[in-house]
Amino acid sequence: MPKELTAQEESLREINAEYLEKYGFHDPEDFYALKSEPGLSEEVVRRISALKGEPEWMTEFRVKSYHAFMKKPLPTWGANLGDIDFAKIHYYVKATEKQEHDWDDVPPDIKRTFDRLGIPEAEQKFLSGVGAQYESEVVYHKIREDLEAQGVIFLDMDSALREHPDLVKEYFGTVIPYNDNKFAALNSSVWSGGSFIYVPPGVHVELPLQAYFRINTENMGQFERTLIIVDEGAFVHYVEGCTAPIWSTDSLHSAVVEIIVKEGGRCRYTTIQNWSNNVYNLVTKRAIAYKNGTMEWVDANLGSKVTMKYPAVYLLEPGAHGEILSIAFAGDGQHQDAGGKVVHVAPDTTSRIISKSISKDTGRGSYRGLLKAHKGARNIRSNVVCDALLLNPEARSDTYPYIEIEEDDVTVGHEASVSKVGEEQLFYLMSRGLNEAEANAMIVNGFIEPLTKELPAEFSLELRRLIEIQLEGSIG
Amino acid sequence: MGATLEIRNLHVSIDGAPILKGVDLVLKQGETHALMGPNGSGKSTLAYALMGHPSYQVDAGQVIFNGADVLELEPDERSRMGIFLAFQYPVSVPGVTVANFLRSGINARRKAENPDDPGISIPEFRRLLKQKMDLLGIDHKFAGRYLNEGFSGGEKKRNEVLQLATLEPLIGILDETDSGLDIDALRIVAEGVNKLKGPGLGILVITHYKRMLEYLQPEYVHLMMDGRIVESGGPELAQTVEDHGYAPFFEKFGLEATEE
Repeated sequence: MPKELTAQEESLREINAEYLEKYGFHDPEDFYALKSEPGLSEEVVRRISALKGEPEWMTEFRVKSYHAFMKKPLPTWGANLGDIDFAKIHYYVKATEKQEHDWDDVPPDIKRTFDRLGIPEAEQKFLSGVGAQYESEVVYHKIREDLEAQGVIFLDMDSALREHPDLVKEYFGTVIPYNDNKFAALNSSVWSGGSFIYVPPGVHVELPLQAYFRINTENMGQFERTLIIVDEGAFVHYVEGCTAPIWSTDSLHSAVVEIIVKEGGRCRYTTIQNWSNNVYNLVTKRAIAYKNGTMEWVDANLGSKVTMKYPAVYLLEPGAHGEILSIAFAGDGQHQDAGGKVVHVAPDTTSRIISKSISKDTGRGSYRGLLKAHKGARNIRSNVVCDALLLNPEARSDTYPYIEIEEDDVTVGHEASVSKVGEEQLFYLMSRGLNEAEANAMIVNGFIEPLTKELPAEFSLELRRLIEIQLEGSIG
Repeated sequence: MGATLEIRNLHVSIDGAPILKGVDLVLKQGETHALMGPNGSGKSTLAYALMGHPSYQVDAGQVIFNGADVLELEPDERSRMGIFLAFQYPVSVPGVTVANFLRSGINARRKAENPDDPGISIPEFRRLLKQKMDLLGIDHKFAGRYLNEGFSGGEKKRNEVLQLATLEPLIGILDETDSGLDIDALRIVAEGVNKLKGPGLGILVITHYKRMLEYLQPEYVHLMMDGRIVESGGPELAQTVEDHGYAPFFEKFGLEATEE
């Protein structure tokens, strides 16, 4: 159905041109094993569970989640979600019959996709293990043998449910209840894929574990489910990346990530989200940290049509530390509603939230944050910094910092700033030979430098490159 | 033959108010020219207009550099051709180091010449930058600082001179590089510029003070008043300004003194 493009769609196209070349391609689906009809019902939910051969408790968990999802209204306090057509979405799509542990066994089209995204190469160079999810299922999964020998479990969630049912049952849905919010309920009812990680006491996984999530088909709903348990004194860095082809209709990505950090453990979770501009990205991420445990979220959101995501840390015991470093880039027509949530439940806990948002053209970057201290959570320290950078006069930034402190003995700092890329800055950089796109990229990279310098070099380089692609999109 | 910057009958306005009212000036590679004049006479406007600041509207005239019409070009293109402006008030760019900035500037040049150029290698760049910092007596730690962020007045000006040294333009315009500096800082900055003087570099130094000129020894001195160059001469013109101020010139050319 050809129709006239609005100016906004036109410029979206321009951004997409570069994205298209690098990430926006898609594979033919003629080899697909299974694709559910569009739409959601209790029957669809039960069928997904039956296909996966799940235990009874999980089927019931899914069904009660489905009913919670149906009952809950769409949230109206954040981005506009009114255009999501839940009846059009394919809730379960299985491309391959089984999961492989050798890239050579992965079907050629899919293997080529992940090659283009650089995953097998990264696995060789700087990762401890990789999971690659394509549509609803994980098609490739591998962890280094030495880590396996130390008792580290890194599996896709479905395999974990089969191979470690008791461990999964003990923690699944405990950090984020099935009815936490509408989209957590949706994920709980139709979840598929995602990662399960267990790091035994005292084990340090030096190189990151990475999961890559790829949507290929149109009107797709991807609902991966991740559960990470870092036992006493252990450490892991988990990294996730994601992309999708550019379709003219919308897809939905709605993940749930639950993390448990036990005494003295540390977990760092890095996201480099780069969905195409037709994906609704509505994700619930939450961690709990026990005594002296540390949870760090590094959350970079570049793509998507709408993102609503506020990684949370609950500091349950003294000495726990939570950290949320959030970067959001809202390009033309995009709304990034991102931020973080820290809840100080116990005394002597500390936290830090740093948010950097960049808005370009008609893009809108919102910081939404909650800092909460329960009564009795004495001697806590927290610092919140949120900075916004606007690349042009039409771009928009909003800040919604909620602070709920029920205790007197607290030290809380909060700073917010909004700056504009000024004509003078651009002129200065251009007078040294940089063109406008390069000058903008330099200003933006400088703006997020306090966060990118905390990332391993490979990821900060990747992030900078992705931002440059976004900036080149509509200039010139 | 060295490069020549030729300004012909240049008229420039800001927000509709005419500032430059017909400037003529020829500046050759290897020469040093001084541009003096009271506040509000248009000296900085000339500097910005030559570099292509978007707020400066060119109403008439031409600027020819090496045969090309400069006024048609974006600031980055002018820079890559070899025109450089040392800013009077350089802005800060948080999170961008001096070294990263300079390396990007060098690479932009190389890429303009050859799109396949992979850019200067990090070791080669480090050598170059160290050599330039040593030449100007700048602490190596400077390279790792964020561009102009928290810089003192003197550091900002030295940073401009370091950029001039590293990017090696054909023509350098110094917009009141001596302003706001104490005597010691002025000496350091002026000595730095002096070391860069040579057959490869044409300099247009905009200044109020003879002290800067004592270091730089320009062969030519121009006096700008009310948007025009009203008088040109040698070092003796600077001496006259130093001795008597601008008052005699206002009288001579029938102009009224205005405040900027």
